[in-house]
Amino acid sequence: MDLGELASCLGSASCLVTQVSAGLTIGLLLFLVASGLTLIFGVLGLVNFAHGTLYMLGSYFALTAYGATGSFLVAMAAGALGVAVVGLLMERFLLSRIYGTDVLMQLLVCYAIILIVDDVVKIVWGGDFLKMDLPDAFRRPPIIIAGGIIPYYYVILFAITAVIAVVLAYGMGRTRFGRTVRAAAVNPGMVGALGINTAAIFAAVFGIGAMLAGLAGALSAPIRSVVPGAGVSILIESFIVTVIGGMGSIWGALIASLLIGFTRSFGSIGFPLFTEGMMFLMMALVLLLKPSGLAGKRQA
Amino acid sequence: MRTTLSWRGDMLVAALAFAALAVPAFALGMQSVLDFAVRFAIFGLLAMSLNLLIGTTGLVSFGHAAFFGSGAYAFGLLMQSGGWSVPMAILAAMAFTALLALVIGALCVRLSEIYFAFLTLAFQMLIHSIVISWVSLTGGDQGLMGGVPKPPFLGIDLGDGRHLAMFSAFCLLASVVALRQIVRSPFGAALRMLRDNPERAAFLGMSIFRYRLAAFVIAGTFAGLAGVLMSLYVSGAFPTFLYWTTSGEAIFMIMLGGITVFLGPLVGTAIFLVLNDRITNITEHHGLVMGSILLVLVLGLRKGLLDYIVDAWRERREKRA
Repeated sequence: MDLGELASCLGSASCLVTQVSAGLTIGLLLFLVASGLTLIFGVLGLVNFAHGTLYMLGSYFALTAYGATGSFLVAMAAGALGVAVVGLLMERFLLSRIYGTDVLMQLLVCYAIILIVDDVVKIVWGGDFLKMDLPDAFRRPPIIIAGGIIPYYYVILFAITAVIAVVLAYGMGRTRFGRTVRAAAVNPGMVGALGINTAAIFAAVFGIGAMLAGLAGALSAPIRSVVPGAGVSILIESFIVTVIGGMGSIWGALIASLLIGFTRSFGSIGFPLFTEGMMFLMMALVLLLKPSGLAGKRQA
Repeated sequence: MRTTLSWRGDMLVAALAFAALAVPAFALGMQSVLDFAVRFAIFGLLAMSLNLLIGTTGLVSFGHAAFFGSGAYAFGLLMQSGGWSVPMAILAAMAFTALLALVIGALCVRLSEIYFAFLTLAFQMLIHSIVISWVSLTGGDQGLMGGVPKPPFLGIDLGDGRHLAMFSAFCLLASVVALRQIVRSPFGAALRMLRDNPERAAFLGMSIFRYRLAAFVIAGTFAGLAGVLMSLYVSGAFPTFLYWTTSGEAIFMIMLGGITVFLGPLVGTAIFLVLNDRITNITEHHGLVMGSILLVLVLGLRKGLLDYIVDAWRERREKRA
């Protein structure tokens, strides 16, 4: 615990800039994963316990694609689209068989998927920590604002994730597809009766969720180590985000992701050993005071 | 299936089972047999306690190993501190896990099924990360090293493999008798009603929260006892005990056996341990094989093996009648 240091950081512009930029980056990356989790739950009524595994796969796909081509764009596309394909296969062949069954079935299928994927990853990429190199274009000196240091790659990350957050919110709120998806979440039978293929909608939502997780994994590959089993911690964080923000709410997920991001970045200065505990404390408070989450309507 | 056994009957069956297991095991004294008996008792107890939540109460917990691991750490730390006899330390470790289950349960059992599963998982990972980062107390990644002292009590020396196997079998059977009494009591009937029709239970004026919390605490306490046995077996405690994979394995065992048959989890535990040992001998891609088996089982049968057999048997009987 070093709350004095935290207070002095809050008082200094340079430290504030550094920590805010780090918090934003962590938060927005988390948002990509958590928004997929919350979207899949809201529409399919399915808790994807294997969502963190998709994130991890995204990192590995990006790593390999970057190693083969040296192109950052190809690496990101490989992470996002590759995982979208894996997600679609998973949904069509495994998860779509257990819609409407109890949580125990969902949990067991996801557990089996995690076991299998973790092992396959170990066979293909080995069990060691790996890291993706940054392309030369991004190896620039950090940007300095008011004495605070912002790594150049963070700016790229921020731009990409912010654009996706806006597209996602717009797409779900304003487009025909978004409206259909939201209608299918409330009453899939009615949407089906109107001649819309709900199975395709469900698959599309799962594919989008998987793609977001894969992209987050790909984007984080240069800044975090990649290792089999790495998906669990981001899964837990995404779930905390979902609880705080409210299941099924994109805006709630955004707010809660940023909250967790700032808790992590400022917590690492003020209470490094208690950041995780702090996240759980916030979640417990939300559960006690407003169980439906900050922006959720659905009862927990 | 209801039989007319009273608790005396249960005790008699348990005593017979104990004699049938213990005498040959003691006489043979083969290390591999003893090891298997201890592991069966440990994981059987873990699976049985979890099924009180999943099968009887309908609460799908994905964080049950939190109590398993906490029991192991609490017991190991108490014994290392010195001044505790084994039975007292066991009781204290169980009391500690009961308290932990009370706190976590109070937050979790109010929630819907999906939140419950995820939240139990989340709290388990919180405890796991506390154990990893509190190095001075728990030894962090390395686990609780230096061995767990086992001073003899009442002529029982748990340092001896045969004594440990007997003691574990005794703990398992005593717990199974206790769990069976709980499941068959009015309290157990209330839990089943909560599982099948919570609205009706609430309408009858029952506090869903209290019943569920009580079941959660009981299950956590028995998982704590399983953890104590684990700590005696490996003479230490390790962070993997609290990791989510241990919870997953416990659910896997229940699924292999069956959730509707009382002793199903024990059958599942035996199958799981044998499978696990065989697969580890044959291949290093243990997760791949176990995961595939689980997928086939879940998507193919959609229930545990014993559930499937019992249902098929009942159907046949009904057709004949």
